[in-house]
Amino acid sequence: MNWFTALLWVTLALVLAFLVFPVVAIFVDVGPAELIASLDDPSAVDALWLSLRTSLAAVAIIVVFGTPAAWLLATRSFRGREVVTTLVELPLVLPPAVAGIGLLAAVGPSGLLAPLGISFTLSTAAVVVALTFVAAPFYLRQAQAAFAAVDRSWLDASRTLGAGEARTLARVAIPAALPGLSAGLALAWGRALGEFGATLMFAGSFQGVTQTVPLAIYERFATDFTGALGLSAVLVCVSGALLLAVKFAFRAAY
Amino acid sequence: MLRIELTTARAGLSLALEVGEGECVALAGPSGAGKTTVLQAVAGLFEPEQGFVAAGPDVWLDTASGVCVPPERRRCGYVFQDYALFGHLSAWRNVAYGIYGGERRKRAYAYLERFGLTARAEAKPAELSGGERQRVALARALARGPEVLLLDEPLSALDPRTRASATRELLAVLHETRIPSLLVTHDFAEAAQFGDRVGVLDEGVVVQLGPPAELSARPASAFVADFTGAVVLTGVASPGSDGLTLVALDGGGTIVSADAASGPVGASLYPWDIVLGVPGLAGRDATRGGAADHASPDARSGAPPSSAQNHLAAEVVSITEIGGRARVGLLAGQPLVAEVTVASVHDLGLAPGARVVATWKAAATRLTPR
Repeated sequence: MNWFTALLWVTLALVLAFLVFPVVAIFVDVGPAELIASLDDPSAVDALWLSLRTSLAAVAIIVVFGTPAAWLLATRSFRGREVVTTLVELPLVLPPAVAGIGLLAAVGPSGLLAPLGISFTLSTAAVVVALTFVAAPFYLRQAQAAFAAVDRSWLDASRTLGAGEARTLARVAIPAALPGLSAGLALAWGRALGEFGATLMFAGSFQGVTQTVPLAIYERFATDFTGALGLSAVLVCVSGALLLAVKFAFRAAY
Repeated sequence: MLRIELTTARAGLSLALEVGEGECVALAGPSGAGKTTVLQAVAGLFEPEQGFVAAGPDVWLDTASGVCVPPERRRCGYVFQDYALFGHLSAWRNVAYGIYGGERRKRAYAYLERFGLTARAEAKPAELSGGERQRVALARALARGPEVLLLDEPLSALDPRTRASATRELLAVLHETRIPSLLVTHDFAEAAQFGDRVGVLDEGVVVQLGPPAELSARPASAFVADFTGAVVLTGVASPGSDGLTLVALDGGGTIVSADAASGPVGASLYPWDIVLGVPGLAGRDATRGGAADHASPDARSGAPPSSAQNHLAAEVVSITEIGGRARVGLLAGQPLVAEVTVASVHDLGLAPGARVVATWKAAATRLTPR
């Protein structure tokens, strides 16, 4: 091994240690017994259940609307496409507090759409709105790149074989782009599960209604550090399991 | 019958073409000549600014009246250059993709059987050999029940060993089908093999269209001659005696041709029509007859008496053996290539740097205006 390869390995080791150490620390601090005990708390179970339901709903909305939109962005060239792509990615760089304020101003109780009867706040639906807002760009970005990478001649072949564009999307483009799509889905889901700032500002933190796991962890953190640790450990396990499951379920079919 | 008329800025394409039922027209040309664009316009994957495409009574494209049928409703069997098999689908599902209605599996298997692929039906494209992939692509295109067959460089992705059997297979398919076939390739030999007629495409324009033998025998331009494998020498033509034409070559020397021409011309000849001789070698140093007076004076001492009237002194610059043949690169003012047997190379003791006389008949020299 030459000195440069050695250097590369050293940097990887440092990066890995830095990223993994805090996660490991959570499990070192709480014993298995405390972990189980923290789940006995009804507020913990409520938060976990709510997080799963809301993140699943958000991801479903993102996939249903995001997939065709990403396909359009990947296959059509039109004036202002770059601008649209940038706008779609904007929530990625927004601070969560700004996202929360923005959502309140748009669809809050006295938001822009309130006169039309469209407003969400302090409800489970509001949580889903916040999660969708912050998580959608992760999926859209990945999906657009994955569709753009599909071999153009496959799409042409599908059309000459009698399939219209919708059938081509369903039977060729989505299966071919599946590894990229599922990676985007895993990222979006992970982001939704961990969402904190926008949810807190827009939906509030009410047990069983809007208090997702990150909000529950924050509430305990002041009074019950061990409880917060236990819940954190659970969230790490659930997120990790989801990420792995999605990655393995939709690996390349060829 | 397939009728095509296209004018588009893409590749500067401007052509009109008719392909009869059961006929195969092969368009040959260098890359960038617009070959694939023609196929895409027929299939509806590309819409030209102006054009008309009709398969029998079905009009697929008529820009004058605003008709442009989408690709999925044109019945084209399109074999793509890299075959474009769907990687996530098995061989039989690829074939069944274009089959609609009942018994899709059974009908797909019938096509696979026709190409000897039944045993590979469940294999994914990545597990198939190059030749198998090409056959699956053919089966898939035919299973669609096309009115027109389009083939884009059907052999270019194959290694030389598979190419022979794939050629036989494809010839059989072209023989069987009663539909018009349009094939494009960059290789004239391939075009001549498959095409009942060959069109040579240069910068978007069909410069000559006809049976392959006619293109070789009577190339309409120096480009066609060069493309069909001939060597092209440039020079200026003037009338000579006996109805022959004298050509003063640009690099020096004079040759004669049986073709009539005057002014700047390209003189084309095939490498295998050239005979090489070594001046001073035993038995080759005879004086020459009167008919050879037209020939290049600088080769005067080297040629034996024969009916061949063209003699050019040249220097051997390269020797490339292909099987039992050798392509001998020559410099005779202009570059020239002769094709002789490897045995002749040894007999004459040819090597780079050797001085030779290239001899060929006036009748084997085609003149095309430049």
